[in-house]
Amino acid sequence: MDAGEALLLLLLIPGAAMLLTILVPSRHANVVRWIALIATTATLIDSIWIFAVYDFAEGGYQFTLQYPWIENIGFLGENGISLHLAVDGIAAPMVLLNGLVGFAGVLVSWKITHRVKDFFILFMALFTGVYGVYIGQDLFFWFFAYELAVLPMYLLIVVWGSTNKEYGAMKLTMVLVGGSVLIFIGIFAVFAEAGAGTFDMAVLRDIEFDRGFANTFFPFFMIGCGILAGLFPFHTWSPDGHVAAPTAVSMLHAGVLMKLGAFGIIRLGMEILPAGTDFWMPVLLVLGGVAAVYGAISAINQTDLKFVIGYSSVSHMGFVLMGLGTMNNIGVNGAVLQMFSHGVMTALFFAMVGGLYDQAHTRDIRVFGGLVRKMPLFVIFFGIAGLTSLGLPGLSGFVAEFHIFVGTIDTFPLFAALGILSAALTAIYVLRLMGRAALGPFNPRWENLKELSRWEIAAAIVLIAPIIAMGVWPDPFIDRIAPTVAELPKIDQIGGLFTLSSLTGR
Amino acid sequence: MDLEYQLIIPEFVMAGLAVVIIAAALAFRNVDQKWFGYATAIGLAIIAVITAVAYWDTNDDFGGVLAVDHFTVLFRVFFLGIAFFTVMAAVQFAGERLKNHAEFYGLIVFATLGMMLLAASRELLTAYLSLELLSFSFYILVGFNKLNPFSNEGSLKYMLLGAFSSALMLYGISLIYGVTGSTTYSAIGPDVVEGTRSIAGQLASFAGGSGGVDPDGARPGLLIGLVLITAGLGFKVSAVPFHQWTPDAYQGAPLPITAFLSAGGKAAAFAFFLRLFSEAFLPAAAEWVWFVGILAAVTMIVGNLMALQQTNFKRLMAYSSISQVGYLLVGIVALDAANITQSQDAASALVLHLIGYVTTNIAVFAAIIAFYNRTGRDDIVDLRGLAERQPFLAFAIAAALFSLAGMPLFAGFATKFIIFQAAFNNGFLWLGAIGVTASFVSLYYYLMVIKQMYLYEPEGSDRARFHVSRPLAGALVVLVAGVLFIGLYPTPLFDVIHSSTAGLFEQAAAISAAAVGN
Repeated sequence: MDAGEALLLLLLIPGAAMLLTILVPSRHANVVRWIALIATTATLIDSIWIFAVYDFAEGGYQFTLQYPWIENIGFLGENGISLHLAVDGIAAPMVLLNGLVGFAGVLVSWKITHRVKDFFILFMALFTGVYGVYIGQDLFFWFFAYELAVLPMYLLIVVWGSTNKEYGAMKLTMVLVGGSVLIFIGIFAVFAEAGAGTFDMAVLRDIEFDRGFANTFFPFFMIGCGILAGLFPFHTWSPDGHVAAPTAVSMLHAGVLMKLGAFGIIRLGMEILPAGTDFWMPVLLVLGGVAAVYGAISAINQTDLKFVIGYSSVSHMGFVLMGLGTMNNIGVNGAVLQMFSHGVMTALFFAMVGGLYDQAHTRDIRVFGGLVRKMPLFVIFFGIAGLTSLGLPGLSGFVAEFHIFVGTIDTFPLFAALGILSAALTAIYVLRLMGRAALGPFNPRWENLKELSRWEIAAAIVLIAPIIAMGVWPDPFIDRIAPTVAELPKIDQIGGLFTLSSLTGR
Repeated sequence: MDLEYQLIIPEFVMAGLAVVIIAAALAFRNVDQKWFGYATAIGLAIIAVITAVAYWDTNDDFGGVLAVDHFTVLFRVFFLGIAFFTVMAAVQFAGERLKNHAEFYGLIVFATLGMMLLAASRELLTAYLSLELLSFSFYILVGFNKLNPFSNEGSLKYMLLGAFSSALMLYGISLIYGVTGSTTYSAIGPDVVEGTRSIAGQLASFAGGSGGVDPDGARPGLLIGLVLITAGLGFKVSAVPFHQWTPDAYQGAPLPITAFLSAGGKAAAFAFFLRLFSEAFLPAAAEWVWFVGILAAVTMIVGNLMALQQTNFKRLMAYSSISQVGYLLVGIVALDAANITQSQDAASALVLHLIGYVTTNIAVFAAIIAFYNRTGRDDIVDLRGLAERQPFLAFAIAAALFSLAGMPLFAGFATKFIIFQAAFNNGFLWLGAIGVTASFVSLYYYLMVIKQMYLYEPEGSDRARFHVSRPLAGALVVLVAGVLFIGLYPTPLFDVIHSSTAGLFEQAAAISAAAVGN
């Protein structure tokens, strides 16, 4: 399969939308919104096409596209820095995820009225940056896109956010950019050590780095990217940032941006410096396990809905890091599945909370009650997100977490127990939330609440569809992820090419 | 000696332009003053275009003291461009807030002439005189707003410290002359190589020890000379700990001059720095690389930390420019005597970062000048609500500040990436790591400015939207476009730079080839 232009479109469409939006006078807010909607629809279709057409029987990197940018000058040799795009079985679901969340994000942002134009310009920049990370195959552009995805967050939060937004925005930006300092140093070191004169990941993957070098620089990637994935103890930016951010930004942030971190650990750490995994991956597993439990316990104590979800994100991203840390095919499979599953689920969560907050102007769980009377659809959608979060079979969360626990049992049984414990803790806060706010006695203060707007309903449906699809029929995902994961260096194979169907068939 | 005067016609024309502008003011007293500005700008533009076209393929030198090669031509055009944009940005400002316009523009042209000569110099005394021409013009320009006490204070401080640093540099030059017997780069180069030896050896010879140290190789004069010249240059580029004059001079000077000082003054000093250290001192790299490295590290750290506490925008930009000097010094440190290819990479990376930095900095200042023209204020909190009042200015400032912080889409990302990579390639892992960390710290204070513009509503009595004058807005659009272009596609610029830096290392390449031959 060789249609790399489809990948280029993922960058060009939102990029063009951004430029077009700049040219539209700011009084035409609706034109701006429609440009964003059309652009994200187009990228969603493109993403679905890429996901569907990715040839999993063949595996490996497909849709390869490479344009030289700077080459054969100074220390840069052949393809020194190039625009190199490709997706593998791990990136394909992530591309789909970004398409879904971005589309839903525009839908729920329809109600924004303050500086609409600026909002969508920054939104599109963020959206493009995320795509760039998922499909980039050149360290320069990878890092370029990574920073591009982080940078607009500051303004998006500080201008359109709520609740302690100046603090949240600055903390988030500084912590994340601090993490990228580590990545930056790691990239330089890898380039200098490789001496191949190129930032092309395809070339760097084939170079065998010295074990000592890999052990030294693996943590630069692991911690640098891990910070974005909510790695304990660098996770505190995440709840603060989520609470402060406007709805669509929380969605994109928890939905796709945090996944960039885990994805970066795979791309930079596991693929380029596999020699460092022996030493560091157990560390990642332990930290992930701690984050899973710690996040869940913290979530139980929160009274602000967004804080609950923010800490639950930390907890679920802990599962992802645990899965990666197992370094066996089932665990890593599960981690990638969880990245997708948590992405759509948490986006749904934030979309719903945003819908409620815009009417109620509070997110304090204690004052809500019996919302089901006024907002039945809200409760249904919120409930689906909650049940996915606690890992109900039939929804995507179960598939992902099951893989992770199976993988962890094989390597670190104790931590598998810890993970399962934190899944149980998730049930506590999710069910308590549902019971208190959604059901429970009706609080007459909310007599005037209205049902979600049609834009929010549309967004919710877009996000629920993949949750259920992956829950009942995970094969399309596993078919793509599993062979690619099996190809990663240093991955232990347990149970052959593991798929859920192979397990049930046995 | 056969002197080919046609090589330095642009310099003669520049001197002529300055004199004509000043004389014209005497002849045309009733003309609107802004036309002197536009005439200067047009003159600079014409000279830039003609220089670029006529001299690009020249590779010659004027009596062994002024080189006219790619490097010189690149910097000639670069300086003319800086002066052009400064004048464009200054016209309205000067018309409203300064007197004696013709002298103002004439001195800008003289300063530019000094820069052009400095980049071309291949002889220490010529370089020194060019530097003084540049500095004297700046001493006057900084104090040009003579009714403003800050302007006077800045000018006086700058002049006293500048004179002190010139003395240091002259003393260094005399020591180098004493050791090598020459002041031309081409004669110093082969001669310093014999004095090259390890620091330990130097120290041992200082201590008077003879234990196993070859006394013939010990030339402490060379080391002291290098240190003194570096210190003198450190004053001129405002590297820590020689930076004390910078914030006061930046704050006191009229805004366009602050822009010119931070862009042109730095660029010229670095052109001199680069040519001197790559043509003359490269073979002795082992002797200076360590203290330049420390200078770079300290400059990056202190510049950024001091910037964190500033409340005045000009002072903030002063400390920000100090930290940028640190990044540029990394390029000097990455020069490697043993590896000419690496050295040229480092030099190209330095020039690329310099051009990116200068473009960005002029963009910031052009935007701030436009803001100042309207409000007459330059504290950071005065920028509140700028995004509401003048979205384009806010965008330009935000883009330029993000570029200075090294964020993607903008020039700073690509150029910093390349300059730090050059340091890593030469094994200066720690220096590159400090650089990356320092530029991370810088993001904080740039964000504080951006926050003022975007987060808050306008305050005070003047909250209306306002217009920026056409020439200034046009210049600003070009500069912001330049910042984006360098950030997204620096390839053509990098190609040009790389071809221009090749000439700097011909001599070093010959010396190392000879060393291998022996």
